[in-house]
Amino acid sequence: MTVSAPLVSARGISKSFGGVEVLRNVDLDLMPGEVHALLGENGAGKSTFAKILAGVHRPTRGTIELGGKPVEIASPIAAQRLGITLIHQEPISFPDLSVAENLVIGQVGAKPLGRVRWAELAKEARRLMGLLNVPIDVTVPMRGLSIADQQMVEIARALASDSRLIIMDEPTAALTPKEVETLFKIVRRLREEGRTIIFISHRLEEVRAICDRVTIFRDGDKIETATTASLTDADIIRRMIGRPVADYLHRGTSHVGEVALSVRALTLPGRFENISFDIRKGEIVGLGGLVGAGRTDVARAIFGVAPATSGVIEIDGKPVTINEPTDAIGLGIALVSEDRAIAGIFRTLPVETNITAAVPKRIAPKGIIRRTVEKALAKESVEKLSIRLASVRQPIGELSGGNQQKAILARWLLAEPDILILDEPTRGIDIGVKAEFYDMIGELAAGGRAILLISSELPELLALSDRILVMSEGKLTADIPRAEASQETIMHAAVPRSGRHTVSGAAA
Amino acid sequence: MTSIDKNPVAPRVIVREAAAPRPRWQVWLIRPEVVTLLLLVIAAIVATRLSPFFADLGFILESSTYYIEFAIVALVLTIVIISGEIDLSPAAQMALSACLFGTAFKAGAPIPVAMGVSLLSGLVMGAFNGFFVTVLRLPSIIVTIGTLILYRGLAQVLAGDKSISGFPGWFVGIDYRMVGIVPVPVLVFIAASILLGLFLGITIYGRQIYQIGTSEIAAIHAGIRVRRIKMGLFIASGLTSSIAGLMVASRLGSVRYDLATGGELTMVLIVMLGGTYIFGGRGSILGTFLAAWLLVIIATGMTVANIAINAQLTIMGLLLIVSIIATNAIYARSQR
Ligand SMILES: Nc1ncnc2c1ncn2[C@@H]1O[C@H](COP(=O)(O)OP(=O)(O)OP(=O)(O)O)[C@@H](O)[C@H]1O
Ligand SMILES: [Mg+2]
Repeated sequence: MTVSAPLVSARGISKSFGGVEVLRNVDLDLMPGEVHALLGENGAGKSTFAKILAGVHRPTRGTIELGGKPVEIASPIAAQRLGITLIHQEPISFPDLSVAENLVIGQVGAKPLGRVRWAELAKEARRLMGLLNVPIDVTVPMRGLSIADQQMVEIARALASDSRLIIMDEPTAALTPKEVETLFKIVRRLREEGRTIIFISHRLEEVRAICDRVTIFRDGDKIETATTASLTDADIIRRMIGRPVADYLHRGTSHVGEVALSVRALTLPGRFENISFDIRKGEIVGLGGLVGAGRTDVARAIFGVAPATSGVIEIDGKPVTINEPTDAIGLGIALVSEDRAIAGIFRTLPVETNITAAVPKRIAPKGIIRRTVEKALAKESVEKLSIRLASVRQPIGELSGGNQQKAILARWLLAEPDILILDEPTRGIDIGVKAEFYDMIGELAAGGRAILLISSELPELLALSDRILVMSEGKLTADIPRAEASQETIMHAAVPRSGRHTVSGAAA
Repeated sequence: MTSIDKNPVAPRVIVREAAAPRPRWQVWLIRPEVVTLLLLVIAAIVATRLSPFFADLGFILESSTYYIEFAIVALVLTIVIISGEIDLSPAAQMALSACLFGTAFKAGAPIPVAMGVSLLSGLVMGAFNGFFVTVLRLPSIIVTIGTLILYRGLAQVLAGDKSISGFPGWFVGIDYRMVGIVPVPVLVFIAASILLGLFLGITIYGRQIYQIGTSEIAAIHAGIRVRRIKMGLFIASGLTSSIAGLMVASRLGSVRYDLATGGELTMVLIVMLGGTYIFGGRGSILGTFLAAWLLVIIATGMTVANIAINAQLTIMGLLLIVSIIATNAIYARSQR
């Protein structure tokens, strides 16, 4: 690497929230034209550090220099003016505005009373989305886009801002390999243009693929900054967690029983059609496909959030009607939704309330809440999933993204469902907990539960599933037995034939 | 037992942050109810300076009977607002149900039957609101502005411009019935506060109402029967309004279509002064209870100080705005 002055140098950054120190004395230099990974367990302080650079939080102590000059980053707007953009871990947008409007909101330089040229706006939005190679209609409202699509809009917005420093907080958590590849092409181009990129991810293979250097956080301390090539995965994990992580081994499929859930010719026009499959007790069925293939829609239909217009759902051989989630839960179905910010957490309510939300009968058998039972259940879950928090009475919105996800998983594990539908369940969860979570899923299946696992992470699908279904453009295109499943067979079935998605490669 | 060959891993120690979380008293101090309580104390002190009457608890209790019906409905309105909805029609519901009571009585029905008619009408009016909100999924603010006009209009059609009176002596004058020094309506308010406070604070329904108000989509996904609960709340609001309407009828000894006109403003004001968050998910019965007394003191104080009724309204309006802003600010602060 040529010796050049750092773009950003942060010195002695500390941050406390209400007396709890979550970052301690962090020093970090970021070079122009580098992609720099921040790694660490859930709650290690990665997002907090990113938010300090982006003016969302003020550091309790410490100084930041930008291009050699000390700066005060007082607000996100100030950060924008300094050329710093943050892609949030939870896409935040204005759900009622169109994609195009969301793309330009908050861009500095616009005149407050200037006229909005809608045609130009849409054209610019289309160009940006074209760069990302995603088929999103820029005139539709944000509401209704999948998490992955929302994430892509966030990324496009960052591109539009023409910043010197772009911070991407887990941009790939909901993306499939295809979208990730597109994103990486763009990141490489930004790097060539001399911009600095901070990349936060829990997937080491992505970090290897794109990052020049990594910085590892643990419990609010910076442990080390090093070039990516100089560290092995084991080194990184040891520094992150302080112990080695066991590889998850598939537990085998000896105990598959009766059919628990069976769907026949399920159709919701415009979303998915003619979906039929069975899941047996004790079986983990994977559901793969590209973003937008309709996997989430199928899950939502089974769970009664947006029921199918035709088709049959059978549970234990009996046809059932599911009009709303309450019905599904009554039938022993649980859904861990991919969209934890909107459909999962009650942001301002305590963690314990969030964890026990789906088991009213257990915490209040006679209608009166038993605080001790509730507290005990919550504490048990916190231990089991190692959720990092200051107190179970803390609002869940104060937890780190991964810890919020764990709390939502805990909620549905408490419900002890017979049929568990997991939509991107490990989104944002760190490597250490992931292995434990995989064990838990394996044990649930071994206990006779039927599990439908939707995941964009192919290694996860391959490791856990007894059988993998693949969807493409709203149709089931493959049912791959475990023995034949591989990244290639899945991707082969996932890539659409109709040409609605352009083949990646056109973007670069 | 799983077949997984794990490396010997030491039992996981969960490292918690070393420093203690924000002390409890600080959390308490920034609750909006505490602000309401402080204002109540200040108002009481100022009022006592203004007129020695205010040092007399009996005087305050007596003056409160003009507002107490609204305060009772405000308790239910608090819960409605916490659930993320609003009901602006209770005052009109009070008028229509009271007029139905009067009309039934004039038509020869015995008082208990006429009261039954009135309560039933409250139930139906509440369910009507609830139908639009939960089944047709229209915004409650629009729906209840509509029914506010509708119910008031029906009351006028029903009762004309004349007041209906001549109720038997045992029905009239509820505000003069005392238990010790406490008038019966105040007793009803206190009892309702305790009951609803417990409902909201310790039952699973109360919990779910906060969850719905915090995030309706998350509540639906958690299997909470959002529509059923909201329907229940609108019906409760209608029923309570009809009870309040009967109390007004008893206090005045007569009913007219313009009974409780403008009462929705007072109710919303009480709820907002009590620190309930206008966008739902937060608030408490305790706050509304305290705010009711705050309002009684302010309103009575202004009357004692001879402030013109128009000016009083202006002051109330200002109070409403200030309390909404203050509550917002407090919640924003606690969220950082
Ligand atoms: N607004 C807040 N109030 C209180 N505590 C907070 C707040 N934001 C973050 N924290 C705490 O700071 C710590 C670090 O959180 P941060 O979001 O930076 O973690 P992270 O490394 O991004 O984790 P993840 O991988 O789960 O996203 C956590 O323990 C979290 O609970
Ligand atoms: Mg984070």
